Amino acid sequence: MKEIVVISGKGGTGKTSLTASFAYLGGKDVIVADCDVDAADMHMLLEPDFEKAEDFYSGEVAFVIQEDCIRCGKCKDVCRFDAIPIINNQYVVDPLNCEGCGYCARVCPTRAIENNSLKAGQWFVSNIKTGSIMVHARLSIGADNSGKLVAKVKNEAKSLAQKEEKDYVIVDGSPGVGCPVVSSLSGAAFVVLVTEPTVSGLHDLKRVFELVHKFNIKAGCIINKSDINTGVTAEIESFLRKENIVHLCNLPYDESFTKAMTNGQTIVEYDNNHLAEIISDTWEKVKEIVQ
Amino acid sequence: MKIAIASGKGGTGKTTLSTNLASYLSEREQVVLTDLDVEEPNSGLFITAGLVHEEDKFKMVPQWIEDKCTLCGICQRVCNFHAVIQLGQMIMVFPELCHGCYACSELCPEDTLPMIPKKMGKLRHFRKGNLEFIESRLEIGEEQAVPLIKQTHQYIDGNFPKEVIRIYDSPPGTSCPVIEAVKDTDFVILITEPTPFGLHDLKLAVETVKELGKRFGVVINRYGIGNDDVVDYCTGEGIPILAKIPNDRRIAERYSKGQLLYTTIPEVRDELDKIVAHIDKLKKGVSS
Repeated sequence: MKEIVVISGKGGTGKTSLTASFAYLGGKDVIVADCDVDAADMHMLLEPDFEKAEDFYSGEVAFVIQEDCIRCGKCKDVCRFDAIPIINNQYVVDPLNCEGCGYCARVCPTRAIENNSLKAGQWFVSNIKTGSIMVHARLSIGADNSGKLVAKVKNEAKSLAQKEEKDYVIVDGSPGVGCPVVSSLSGAAFVVLVTEPTVSGLHDLKRVFELVHKFNIKAGCIINKSDINTGVTAEIESFLRKENIVHLCNLPYDESFTKAMTNGQTIVEYDNNHLAEIISDTWEKVKEIVQ
Repeated sequence: MKIAIASGKGGTGKTTLSTNLASYLSEREQVVLTDLDVEEPNSGLFITAGLVHEEDKFKMVPQWIEDKCTLCGICQRVCNFHAVIQLGQMIMVFPELCHGCYACSELCPEDTLPMIPKKMGKLRHFRKGNLEFIESRLEIGEEQAVPLIKQTHQYIDGNFPKEVIRIYDSPPGTSCPVIEAVKDTDFVILITEPTPFGLHDLKLAVETVKELGKRFGVVINRYGIGNDDVVDYCTGEGIPILAKIPNDRRIAERYSKGQLLYTTIPEVRDELDKIVAHIDKLKKGVSS
């Protein structure tokens, strides 16, 4: 079983549309993991049935039991996150600021602080229209620990793939270079970087590749909307050569991306044209590389 | 007056709106633009201004001093993040997992885990006329954006008076970095695009700002693609649509080169005027 992770650094470059297309092309051989748990969108293209749903608990938040509190203020003194303001003469935890380190509870002389586990989200296992399975999730609003939910989704997808003897796990990652991205990269056989020829696209590609490079994972790149700015496209291509990144393909700007999405379809289903052909050649190329 | 520009989905135009709005407003008054998307800061690609100040930003992490340690194990027990682990005769610290709570350091009976600074990023301050531009950039490999966002807020609060308009280009998503960026602001502009992904992620963003108790409005970018569902949703929920930036290849091309839009595309300037009118109305409300 090989794990292929699709990321982009910058958001909105077409990552999810392309991942869903690969999932469609791979059909029964591919288990899909939507690891963009902050803004998970892939379910809109793959018709999941939400067969199994489970709550995900991670991290803690402190709570002051007012009856037991003697107002000594030790908790407030040790808190580095300004999470225990005094409201109406009472020490009260602000859950938005609380990091769940538990330090306050450890120094409370009357044990008036308890730590409650936090529901950080929900995760699902679904049958999808490709005839295969998708593992996906929804992070609770404002929740911490998205990296841990990413790890959960990925590990579930991997163990399903092993159990069902599937060839590939395809992971849709989140934008950025922080904890959810780091979490989605671990264990990958190949990373597909999706970018666009804009100054931001190139800037973010370089940063996210620096991260991929630290993990020592082989990478390939798709330049989406490549005709928007041929100058920047050429710059990206020379960056790819310099860094030994496989140049997978260029995709011209095409509103079928949006139209397919509006129909709830992947691009390869919507449009049996030039785009579909390039994407399907690219998928073959990716499969060859990870063999 | 603090205004955050945010979105659930990435790539909907946060940076485009932040840089154009800030630059346009600075033609009439002082404006502070801050890029809080510290993982992938892009605003600086669209703003040419002179560097006035830069500083490294640090987070505090424990460092083990072997000599005095009695291997009592308290540090490992009090760390909720598994950032301090005892392995045989050694205490290992994993700085990338550390949240800087100081529990291990201060509860150590022998003072063998003093906190030391570790670089997590860099803050830079630029100026062009009335426009103050501050950017923070996370070191690659550093996983936590929140501490850097917090310190960036502190820099802004310490350097500029309250009345000055501050615009914050926020990170995408709905998790902790966005909360940290948005929680102390007076108004949030959510930017989206009229597609199913845009709508889905807009709804998440709306839930987030409602939970924070923020006032907010929506700007629709690439208006003309997709369908009418975003407009219908906003109308149904009574959410004000502040502006609609048209879908226009000229915009995509100028953006791709790192150029501002309102200077050459009058349709964009017209939409910015609508947002500015809304901000002026809010300012009156805040001061009265």
